[in-house]
Amino acid sequence: MILFFKRAIQDIRTNKFLNAVTIITIFLSILIVSTIVLFFLNANDYMSSWKKGIRIIAYLKPDIVEPQKRAHSPLLAAGLASESKNSKLPYGRRFPAASSGELQPNLVDIKNRIQGLYGVAEARFISKEEAMKRLREQMKRQSSLLDGLKENPLPDAFEIRLTGQFPNSERIENLAVQIESLPEIDDVEYGRRWIGRFVKLFDLFRLTGYAMSGIFFIAAVFIVANTIRLVIYSRREEIEIMRLVGATDRFIKTPFYIEAIIQSALGGIIGLAALFAVYIYISTNVEQGLSSDLLHVRFLSLRQSSTIILCSMLVGWLGCFISLRQFLKE
Amino acid sequence: MIDKNDKSAIIRMFHVHKNYGSKKALININLDVSKNEFLFITGPSGAGKSTLLKLLYLGEPVSEGQILIDGMNLSRISRKRIPLLRRKLGIIFQDYKLIPTKTVFDNVALVLEAMGKKRRFVQKKVNSVLRMVGMEKRFNALPQSLSGGEQQRIAVARAVVGMPKIILADEPTGSLDPESAGTVFDLLKGFHARGGTLLVATHDQELIRKTGCRAIHLKEGRQIK
Ligand SMILES: Nc1ncnc2c1ncn2[C@@H]1O[C@H](COP(=O)(O)OP(=O)(O)OP(=O)(O)O)[C@@H](O)[C@H]1O
Ligand SMILES: [Mg+2]
Repeated sequence: MILFFKRAIQDIRTNKFLNAVTIITIFLSILIVSTIVLFFLNANDYMSSWKKGIRIIAYLKPDIVEPQKRAHSPLLAAGLASESKNSKLPYGRRFPAASSGELQPNLVDIKNRIQGLYGVAEARFISKEEAMKRLREQMKRQSSLLDGLKENPLPDAFEIRLTGQFPNSERIENLAVQIESLPEIDDVEYGRRWIGRFVKLFDLFRLTGYAMSGIFFIAAVFIVANTIRLVIYSRREEIEIMRLVGATDRFIKTPFYIEAIIQSALGGIIGLAALFAVYIYISTNVEQGLSSDLLHVRFLSLRQSSTIILCSMLVGWLGCFISLRQFLKE
Repeated sequence: MIDKNDKSAIIRMFHVHKNYGSKKALININLDVSKNEFLFITGPSGAGKSTLLKLLYLGEPVSEGQILIDGMNLSRISRKRIPLLRRKLGIIFQDYKLIPTKTVFDNVALVLEAMGKKRRFVQKKVNSVLRMVGMEKRFNALPQSLSGGEQQRIAVARAVVGMPKIILADEPTGSLDPESAGTVFDLLKGFHARGGTLLVATHDQELIRKTGCRAIHLKEGRQIK
């Protein structure tokens, strides 16, 4: 075994140029592929935290919340905002003020129906009064403009939060349609309708990323196969002599495998190191400029890095396998 | 190790033909070589001497006929067992076939390394064989820095280092001055004295007469008396 290693290293020394070509090929492929992986890793993080932030707003038809209740309890809005757990208790409409933290039964029913849908984490009732309050807060100084309104034009609504890893945009759309079909719901809005298109685009992007990684993998295998073929070709006489003096195929092949694996591991390590350097550069120079919670870039984990290096070694092994199989058929 | 009184055939050729395309290089060769025989193959250039040796080490497949070497049938041998056949043989090629990128030592050591011998054994054995051919001082030289006679001696060292049963030598003294030729020939005689079998292809009639060993003559691929 030591002998094989010695021979492999000797080979690398004597075929410096071809070896450099192989290492650079693998280095570039690994750099590109791991950049893609890193990009999608971070984009995925970003997307899922974003998806978590997606809220569907379902507007209720105007007469669902009874007007007399509103009249009796101006505080109702605040109470509803912080839903209490005993909302399931029977709620008499004769004592509205006494139970300010409770929803009227038909609202509880709607809420339960919405929460029963797949993908919904929580549904929260927002009365038109609360909505107005929020609007005022948002408008701050200009809120005096709202004072002129005689009547609150905003509808009552449910704000629906989705569970974390909500799979894809079609699901979100589906869910919105389901909610909209409830009889009490007037209209549904999921703030960013365009997110659907964005998510689709992102999925397409990701698919392209996979495809590109695959192509680079195959291309790297073939380039390695070719450089090894050149090394074999440049040494065919030597190999022939080795055979004539009784060397087995295994004896001849093993150093080539070791050589290929050393090269591809080197290429992989250099590629990752380069990516890491770029990452450090970006995270120190660029991330500071942006708000850090908007863009927190993370690097590949140790496990992911070693997987990539193993993959690059696999590239070397496969390349070697292909060229040796062709060569030894002769 | 080798029973010198056992004179049974170690190489047998039956009705062997070899064609290179339409060119008939060997025609109906029948030959028995006994153990510990020193056999010459002679004939003019192009007669088929090298071709005959090539068939024996499976450098080329036979076109027709059978060859047996030490119990192995060469037309039946599987690819995987070819190295086993070649380890029974020490081959001295007409053009030496030393590996130009390896040192003298590594060229000779290769045979033993391929057999999977231990490093310490390889070291000792190669050194002793190099001493035997008088090349121990040049162990670290590359083949191209050696004279033809010196390269030939390395080729002999490589042929004997694996302790083969048979040596196939193609013009081992062909391009050498008389003195170098004498040295190489003495080495071959030494191998024969230790019980080895030799097949030597040569033009050198003088050599054959001097030794008085059996010789077969080839002419245009045919065996003649
Ligand atoms: N690989 C080959 N392809 C085609 N023809 C070949 C090949 N090798 C040898 N021959 C032909 O076969 C014949 C025998 O060649 P061989 O090399 O055996 O002769 P030889 O007796 O060794 O000659 P020399 O004394 O010059 O070495 C020659 O006519 C040669 O041209
Ligand atoms: Mg010849």
